[in-house]
Amino acid sequence: MIWRYIVKRIIWMVPFLFAVSVVAFLLIQAPPGDYLTTYIAKLGESNEVLDQATIDNLRRRFGLDQPLYVQYLKWVANLLQGDFGMSFEWRQPVSDLVWERMGLTFMLSFATLLFTWAVAFPIGVYSAVKKYSIGDYVATTIGFIGLATPNFLLALILMYIGVVYFGTDVGGLFSNEYKNAPWSMGKVIDLLKHLWLPVVVLGTSATASLIRIMRANLLDELSKPYVDTARAKGLSEFWLIMKYPVRVALNPFISTIGWVLPNLVSGAVITAIVLSLPTAGPLMLQALLSQDMFLAGAFVLLLSSLTVIGMLISDILLVLLDPRVKYE
Amino acid sequence: MASDVDAPILSVEDLTVGFGMRQGMLEVLHGVSFELRRGQTTAIVGESGSGKSVTARAILNMVPRPGVILGGRILFRPEAGQEADLTALDPRGPAIREIRGGRIGMIFQEPMSSLSPVHTIGNQIIEAIRLHRDVSKKQARSIAREMLEQVEIPKAERALDQYSFEFSGGMRQRAMIAMALSCHPDVLIADEPTTALDVTTQAEILDLMARLQTELRMAIMFITHDMGVVAEISDDVVVMEQGHVVEHNDTHGLFAYQAHPYTRKLLGAVKRLDEPATEKVRHQHDADDILRVEDLRLHFHTRKGFLQRTTDTTKAVDGVSFTLKRGESLGIVGESGSGKTTVGRCIARVYEPSDGAIDYDGVDLVNADGSQLRGYRQQIRMIFQDPFASLNPRMTVKQIIAEPLVVNGVAGGSELEDRVASLLRQVGLDPLMMERYPHAFSGGQRQRIVVARAIALKPKLVIADEPTSALDVSIRTQVLDLLLRLQAELDLSFIFISHDMAVIRYFCDRVAVMYRGRIVEVGETEQIITDPQHPYTQALLSSVPISDPSQRGTRQRHRYQENA
Amino acid sequence: MSELAANAPLPAQSDKKADEFAYASQWQLTWWAFKKHRLAMIGLWVIGLMYLIAIFSEFFAPDDPFKQNRRAVFHPPQMIHLIDRTDDGLRIRPYVWEMKRERDPETLAVSYSPSGDKVYLRLFGRGESYKFWGLWETDLRLLATVKPRDKFFIFGADRLGRDMFSRVMYGTRISMSIGLVGVAISLILGITLGGISGYYGGRVDVVIQRLIEFVLSLPTIPIWLALAASLPPGWPIVLQYFVITLIVSLIGWTELGRVVRGRFLAMKNDDFVVAARLDGASEPRIIFRHMLPSLTSHIIASLTLAIPLMILAETALSFLGLGLQPPAISWGVLLKEAQNIRSISQAPWLFIPGGFVVVAVLAFNFLGDGMRDAADPYGQ
Repeated sequence: MIWRYIVKRIIWMVPFLFAVSVVAFLLIQAPPGDYLTTYIAKLGESNEVLDQATIDNLRRRFGLDQPLYVQYLKWVANLLQGDFGMSFEWRQPVSDLVWERMGLTFMLSFATLLFTWAVAFPIGVYSAVKKYSIGDYVATTIGFIGLATPNFLLALILMYIGVVYFGTDVGGLFSNEYKNAPWSMGKVIDLLKHLWLPVVVLGTSATASLIRIMRANLLDELSKPYVDTARAKGLSEFWLIMKYPVRVALNPFISTIGWVLPNLVSGAVITAIVLSLPTAGPLMLQALLSQDMFLAGAFVLLLSSLTVIGMLISDILLVLLDPRVKYE
Repeated sequence: MASDVDAPILSVEDLTVGFGMRQGMLEVLHGVSFELRRGQTTAIVGESGSGKSVTARAILNMVPRPGVILGGRILFRPEAGQEADLTALDPRGPAIREIRGGRIGMIFQEPMSSLSPVHTIGNQIIEAIRLHRDVSKKQARSIAREMLEQVEIPKAERALDQYSFEFSGGMRQRAMIAMALSCHPDVLIADEPTTALDVTTQAEILDLMARLQTELRMAIMFITHDMGVVAEISDDVVVMEQGHVVEHNDTHGLFAYQAHPYTRKLLGAVKRLDEPATEKVRHQHDADDILRVEDLRLHFHTRKGFLQRTTDTTKAVDGVSFTLKRGESLGIVGESGSGKTTVGRCIARVYEPSDGAIDYDGVDLVNADGSQLRGYRQQIRMIFQDPFASLNPRMTVKQIIAEPLVVNGVAGGSELEDRVASLLRQVGLDPLMMERYPHAFSGGQRQRIVVARAIALKPKLVIADEPTSALDVSIRTQVLDLLLRLQAELDLSFIFISHDMAVIRYFCDRVAVMYRGRIVEVGETEQIITDPQHPYTQALLSSVPISDPSQRGTRQRHRYQENA
Repeated sequence: MSELAANAPLPAQSDKKADEFAYASQWQLTWWAFKKHRLAMIGLWVIGLMYLIAIFSEFFAPDDPFKQNRRAVFHPPQMIHLIDRTDDGLRIRPYVWEMKRERDPETLAVSYSPSGDKVYLRLFGRGESYKFWGLWETDLRLLATVKPRDKFFIFGADRLGRDMFSRVMYGTRISMSIGLVGVAISLILGITLGGISGYYGGRVDVVIQRLIEFVLSLPTIPIWLALAASLPPGWPIVLQYFVITLIVSLIGWTELGRVVRGRFLAMKNDDFVVAARLDGASEPRIIFRHMLPSLTSHIIASLTLAIPLMILAETALSFLGLGLQPPAISWGVLLKEAQNIRSISQAPWLFIPGGFVVVAVLAFNFLGDGMRDAADPYGQ
């Protein structure tokens, strides 16, 4: 039953991803001109001039002279074979450039998600059970401020504190000696040392909203009659809250993965630029600005796919957790 | 019933409970005292807000915050010579938890929301068993299965692994009872356990509780607002009003003589509904038909997916035919899901019937187009069940009543105000109130506003859909009397939809009994009540509680099972 | 237990009060409920003040925000003192301590230190003249120096010596209004599509729902980046402003559309709407007279909660250099100056616009929460 549901959902993703690919393609085509115009402009800055024949030649080589739909179909056809095309700017296959960065992006988002849950869950439960206590007010206040502070501002403030008070640059994911080194135990440990800052920066606003969601849901559930039933059975206060209302309030909490993960992936773009992390964000921004269309397209497409996968995971989890959600 | 003369198993003595509000302590129970005895059922009766539920929770020492027990004692004597004051126990401590569910069980009004939606029935019952009895999981499961069998849940083994939302309302309440009784408590507290159920299901649950009580020899504290139920099951009665016990007597004594005016009012309202209204105007038998409904059908389709394919069809109305004479009141009675409301809404064309004919004064309403429909909607009006939902809270009473007059261009300007004023007078409200908003009115007053809106266009036919079931018993008869008076004054015909046989008897000339989308029987009201022909009607009538304890047990209760 | 509270005897109310309650319209009831929400009231005041600043930026700013001053590069903020201790005794008049600019002869680093002189200020004083809203000329400023040649920097100065306080005041105008305009666009899209979806249901509903789901599933920031990157540089500010607003409002409408759809769906079969239909009211009358009034307070609450998202979005885009471009001034553009870790460690006051963002977003959230709670005074 559940497998049928999962298969069905995955099949549903196909038209979805198709639509995403169209949007991604249109987006990277939206700027006036193409990579060559940017390239020529760049060369023009250093007083180099390309003659028309070379330009036409290049345009033909990159396939930029063909109509849009042909370019799109070619792109998709190559995509299906796992070929993301060539980056104009880097003169390298796009797949060489994106995978490590996407991997780090995913890892960062996932670590942040775990952090978010680990922090938001107990605080949310505490806040609801001890409604209007001092702890609740503190949590609510921090939650509000976390919600109102843009990620990049938080990142800047933490970096400022790092530089001014500790004299260290806290940006990046790796220390200098590991930056270009191959993966090793030392590199992983180094990564973990650097990871906390982006995780905290990225996770704060999601944590804040999850605390609010958990608190509100649990408050709703705490006044439900089945809590009275459990109390009338003779269950201890702690267990009855954990087994019943918290269990029920967990469902909407878990299903937030559907938007928290995409938000994290999304938010990571800006944070990564500020903290100069070697994730997808900075490279994508650069590719967008220089109209390096295959590279930019690959990022937009892959990030969108992560979003869709996040929603898929949340739907499946919800079905597994909540017997009321019927699947057919 | 067996009655022990030994010490009461539970005595509530001078119980006082307050709620800590910002303005200070608000007392909601003022010195309540009564006793429960083994093998006996004590009914606690009162209208909403009388403090019945708080009393029940105080016994288990689980008054919800910000409530606190301010004074009094609750003495519990499970064995001879043993005595504990429940109010003195720590509300979170092990001593009271041992008693909750172990010695005193409790069941609640809403069987749906009182069971956890994400745990199986078995899980919840087994938990209750293992909290109080030292048994293995496997043993607990077999005890749970036996309990489900005892409360007559079919396929008990399978039911253990099902969720509450897979059960019907009656089955859920049975499961609740199984859970509450799984540790053989000495006392069962039942807080309005049948209020949310249909009358036939209610009868079954009451029978079940009575049987289990004799088997387990427990004391039952039965909270209800329904005097009929009291007469059916209780040995003695405690009447509560606004946190006071105003009267305490054995059931026979109380029904014979009421010392307190509040009790008299409660009972009087019920008694009046035991017979047809004296004010009822008999329509002329030679009157012509105003409405003829033939083979009316309405099937709801559940549509799914992008292409909106029909995946499921519910036959809400499945071939209904009847006629209504001019000036007559036809009752449609049935339980929830019988399709009675849908029939009413089809006639008002709120729903589009799938098939059949509705002949109103020689015109087919099913095929009437927009402008024709507009005309007929002035003659056919509707009164809704919930006077809170059917009045737009954002409009004044004047705007609400004037709306049909305005949109149909009947009246305008200063004439409008005069019309609204006279309509308000007609339904017994002060015209000076017309600038107020609905939230300033009580349920009964609101229903009068709804009636005023319905008669504003001088209709010929009124469809009243459970017009009194949201109201307190004492107000019900007032609204019914108003409708009867208007019927005489304005020569109205009524289709009167209700689940309550007493209300139908009071108001209607003829009655149609609906069951699962069909009319199983139709005839003169008195004739159907005294001599029902169809087995479902017999079951329905035999399930209605009789508010006379002396007639208890004199009647054979029928169960109706349709051969599917 | 709500029945208990509902039936609890009300504290003795005077007849007048009960009367007032009986005649109170939706908006009065909502206002009464809202007033009890203390944080929301604070939010209302803060937002009121911010919009006041947005409308009268020129008046609030003591100086021209574009005027560069090489002698005031990274001038630190100055405290305004109110009580002036002179030889004549205490007097109440605002002043700041004048700062002297010094250059270290070896490192050539610039530093500021108090010169010991006071710069006196005047409320509603005369400053440089400006054209208010480009309409009429005036020189009235909230605060101005007594001597026209003096300068003062409440929030310090940036790397070009421009007065941060004046720049923040001007930034308030664009940042706060982008939220409003963006919400207006969201409102039109959301109400139209959500309303159609909820009212007609069926296949139309399915299509619109799929569309909303699709838009929601797109990762917002990469899409914004891509859209914003596609704007040709060198567009006039007004055009930039509208396109950025349009991009930013792409997020808002889906949520609003869902809210409106949900409410419409639920209300379509409410008894009072059915009653209106049976009264013979036309479809437009049902929608506009009977259904919309019940929705407006909810819609306003949702809008209030959407505005801070747009402010944050604009700030983020401009911060990355993809939103508004200088010489336009918004909080995000101002924060772009703080991007460089070296400049903020030298001039931490460049964070001040960030403080405005946080306060504005918080205030909108408080206000929105309060409005949402008060939106339905009938407790349905």
